[in-house]
Amino acid sequence: MANVVTNDMSIVIGGDAGQGVESSGAGFCLSFARAGLHVFGMQDYRSRIRGGHNFYQIRLSTEPRLSHSNPVHLVLALTPETVQLHMDQLVEGGAVIFPEKFEVDPEPLKERGVRVDSLPLMRIAEEHGSKVMTNTAALGAAAGITEFPLEFMESVIRDNFAPKGQEIVDANIKVAQAAYDLAQQRYGSDFPYKLSPIKDAPKRMLINGNEALAMGALAGGCRFVAAYPMSPATSIIEWLAAVPHEYGVVTKHAEDEIAAACMVIGASFTGARAMTATSGGGFCLMVEAMGLAGMTEVPMVIVNSQRGGPSTGLPTRTEQSDLLFAINASQGEFPRIVTAPGTIEECFEAGWRAFNLAEKYQCPVVVMVDTFISSTLRTLEMDAIDFSTVEIDRGSTLTYEELDRLTDGYNRFQLTESGISPRAIPGHPSGVFAASSDEHDETGHITEEIENRRRMMRKRMRKLQEAEKEARPPDFYGPEEAETTLVCWGSTFGACKEAADDINAAGGSANVLRFLDLWPLSEEAAATALGRCRRTVAVEQNYTSQLAKLLRMTTGIRMDQTMNKYDGRPFAPEEIVAGLGKEVASGHAA
Amino acid sequence: MVTRLDPKLFDATTENTWCAGCGDFAILKALKLALADQNIEPHQVLAVSGIGCGSKLPDYMNINGYMTIHGRPLPVATAAKLANPDLHVIVVNGDGDSYGIGGNHFVQSCRRNPNITHIVENNQIYGLTKGQYSPTSDKGFVTTTSPDGSIELALNPLAVALAAGATFIARAFAGQPKPMAQMIAEGMQHRGYALIDVLQPCVTFNRVNTYDWYRKRVYDLQEEESYDPSDREAAWQKAQEWEERIPLGILYRAEGMPAYEDQVKALEGGSPVSRLTELVRNPRPEQYEPLKEEFL
Repeated sequence: MANVVTNDMSIVIGGDAGQGVESSGAGFCLSFARAGLHVFGMQDYRSRIRGGHNFYQIRLSTEPRLSHSNPVHLVLALTPETVQLHMDQLVEGGAVIFPEKFEVDPEPLKERGVRVDSLPLMRIAEEHGSKVMTNTAALGAAAGITEFPLEFMESVIRDNFAPKGQEIVDANIKVAQAAYDLAQQRYGSDFPYKLSPIKDAPKRMLINGNEALAMGALAGGCRFVAAYPMSPATSIIEWLAAVPHEYGVVTKHAEDEIAAACMVIGASFTGARAMTATSGGGFCLMVEAMGLAGMTEVPMVIVNSQRGGPSTGLPTRTEQSDLLFAINASQGEFPRIVTAPGTIEECFEAGWRAFNLAEKYQCPVVVMVDTFISSTLRTLEMDAIDFSTVEIDRGSTLTYEELDRLTDGYNRFQLTESGISPRAIPGHPSGVFAASSDEHDETGHITEEIENRRRMMRKRMRKLQEAEKEARPPDFYGPEEAETTLVCWGSTFGACKEAADDINAAGGSANVLRFLDLWPLSEEAAATALGRCRRTVAVEQNYTSQLAKLLRMTTGIRMDQTMNKYDGRPFAPEEIVAGLGKEVASGHAA
Repeated sequence: MVTRLDPKLFDATTENTWCAGCGDFAILKALKLALADQNIEPHQVLAVSGIGCGSKLPDYMNINGYMTIHGRPLPVATAAKLANPDLHVIVVNGDGDSYGIGGNHFVQSCRRNPNITHIVENNQIYGLTKGQYSPTSDKGFVTTTSPDGSIELALNPLAVALAAGATFIARAFAGQPKPMAQMIAEGMQHRGYALIDVLQPCVTFNRVNTYDWYRKRVYDLQEEESYDPSDREAAWQKAQEWEERIPLGILYRAEGMPAYEDQVKALEGGSPVSRLTELVRNPRPEQYEPLKEEFL
């Protein structure tokens, strides 16, 4: 038999929507996380409640991974379609397990050196519990084949099924145990991929980007959230709505995204930190309100978790196609800030940092994520989410005491060098003001006077210059000098990072240049970074290479190559390596 | 009601751009009176408007004001009240803003019952864009966008509000600012969403629904001794009256219904604004640690 590989494999669980693939996959991920393994769990589902194929791809390793990986070692197929869809990903020595209710043609798999087994998972489920526990049996069998001790699955079963009663917990454990025993007996040491708990591993969280972002927002003082449900952003408002009431988060499921955006502005106008979360279609509806926030200098945080567009597009799939839209959204010219966290840790930071930026520069801040980072589960060290690092900086927001000291009257839109005017929260006798979406003077009153218009435009736009000073310059990952630089933003960072590592390990030479803050974009910082690159390849989950366009627009520098993916499925590192060509991957680039 | 504050306290120095005789002047006057009558000071009130002639009202008053975008003051105001329930929040906008482009927000506000007061400057026309038919224009009304006469039925805002669950519905007339002030004050005292639809002649573009046209038709509901504003069925009947006789006054008032904010559990320990102020003083990062448990 082949050499045994321990703790480095990917498992796919696939089935029809409604078969519980998502909860099974997430539960399985948690059992591995509790065993001290590093987990990267990617879900892939369709925009329907029942029917259609869903799968969960779980990558397990001893090192943190920021991406899924294409080779799959074990497929748990709850429908024949799972086998068809993942056939090409299966490695030699891998296995496919499926329940007895359908047949799978074993020949093509055997040709690839993949073992195919029908296990009586339904019978086991019925014998020890009920038919609905077939998923538990499949997971038990997977644990058996990989010889992953069942106690970790048991602990998750206990937690997850506790609300349904002890009887259900016990039955699930029995089902898992029986399937485990059967699979272990059937495969024994023949299956070369094994999973083993890591002794003394630290406790880790299993968390996705939306949850981390929501946690960051909460810690950043966000106590008002208005949104309209839209995949893949919905779990942000759901998580915040579920936070215990003593934290005081007011969540409002609005009648539409226009109302949601306007509610954020209303709450922020009166002094709360307020946020909305949506996807591209909802963001389209928020655009006019974003201009209102820009004109009236009201802080506003919008999370746009991008999905496949245009229009309804690919509702449950990933894309990075709203970058130029976010930077240009709404009529007229006004400062806004656009940032794109590339890891789940950065989602947490973006969650609170967005409010500081919004309040300091008194403008809209758009946090760009996407389906991939929003919904992917990953193990995070406990201190990766460190609440003591969170700062609440309200910029020039006037406190009640500061307003008490005002003697000379108050001008909400006072002309200042930085363009940032001291901001009063309505409610203080010295800070009474009116704001208008019309052009206005320093007091806020409507005027179309020529000189005032010029002054106010300059005042607002100066804030963008200020914000640019604080914007994070692009950062490099990997060797300082490299033949090829993968240029990216947002969630593709994980796959680019691993692709660069793989290229360097194979004797090639690559690094990654990642843009976290995308607007305002410092021409100098971008040009300096790009100037360090020998050959640039923009890797983007879109058709039109929007970052490449933005960089060219800002710096005049053109990327040497662009690599695009717009099928809604996230880049795997192997795809990037393959896309660069053999010469680059092996270190023989021209 | 005894006037305690001087209504002049609410006067602004800004140039008013309304046409002479515009019904909006009466609304401005009535709002000042209503605030003065209730002893509410300028800093305690926030008037949120949309876009249109009437939506410029906050610019013409000494109060906190927010002139937003067309059709959207209701969600802005709803959230302003949720974030800082100490403020008296008033929405003032026109019929196009309220019932046309903002129609959905209007219906949702009725059923949501936020503790805000909504004054609609209903002149049955789009004035600022110089004379197009509005959602409340009567069928057959000739304008630049309905040259053959409007072929749509006029929206009946009072009936819609009633059907949508509004808990306070009143109608005022710009020719009678004092009763209007009384209605605004009562609307502000009402716990929940209060709609005051104000019949407000546009002297420049609406040559049909003039002061005279209204004066011939309006009557005070209070004069009908048997009328009971808590009777929803009766209110429904009255809401249908238009062609010959137009009722003014409080059409419907449901007492004892909780406002939206009264039912938000997260508000029990403080508002989003007060909690943030407290967090700035004392961030207590450790308070969030227990939230990590669910991910283990």
